[in-house]
Amino acid sequence: MSGVAQHLVRLFGPAREAAGADSIALELREPATAADALAALAAAHPGLEPLLPRARVAVNFVYVDANTALAPGDEIAILPPVGGG
Amino acid sequence: MHTLYQITDTPLDPERLRAAIADPRSGAVATFIGVARNSFGGKEVLHLEYEAYAPMAELQLREIGTEIAKRWPAVTGVAIAHRVGRVEIGEASVALAVSAPHRGEALAACAHGIERLKATLPVWKKEVFADGSVWRENAGEDFRQRG
Repeated sequence: MSGVAQHLVRLFGPAREAAGADSIALELREPATAADALAALAAAHPGLEPLLPRARVAVNFVYVDANTALAPGDEIAILPPVGGG
Repeated sequence: MHTLYQITDTPLDPERLRAAIADPRSGAVATFIGVARNSFGGKEVLHLEYEAYAPMAELQLREIGTEIAKRWPAVTGVAIAHRVGRVEIGEASVALAVSAPHRGEALAACAHGIERLKATLPVWKKEVFADGSVWRENAGEDFRQRG
């Protein structure tokens, strides 16, 4: 059954600063993938666009590939290249 | 295996990490401490600010410990702590401690731990200068190929 679903996407580091928010609500046509979320983010926040090619997506605290499907209620995060340590 | 994994905004305590992984079988404790330094690329750094995706970072630290246990089954303890928030020059931003019967495994596992942490931990570092700041990415392998 296709339709539209709301997803909350958490942002960190330079992505959070570029968006001016630590999370953004996205409406995505279902079925949606991580790649769809990135594309929708870039469209809604052009300031984020330069960061996205090198960012990773995490769903429910796990790194995922671009073609990973998103389910309602998933916690999605956009993770720029890390700098820990 | 004794473990302690911590993301904290308070000063790190390497002695507490060491105590958490002490084991009567183990004659070796290897530790690594990452300390905020005062320059990058010749430019003076005033302080650092770290940000973490805390629930995922805690899981990732646990994953690093699991990898160490698989690769060095003799290891008796892994403790890893990362600081978030403002870190002054000279303060510890990250600390790892590994206990094992002998120094070979302890040192190798500790080295592996910090390499994996720098490649995968969802933590971001901002270097603050007199005239601005930059989000500093870890060098080395392409982040998108890891984790």
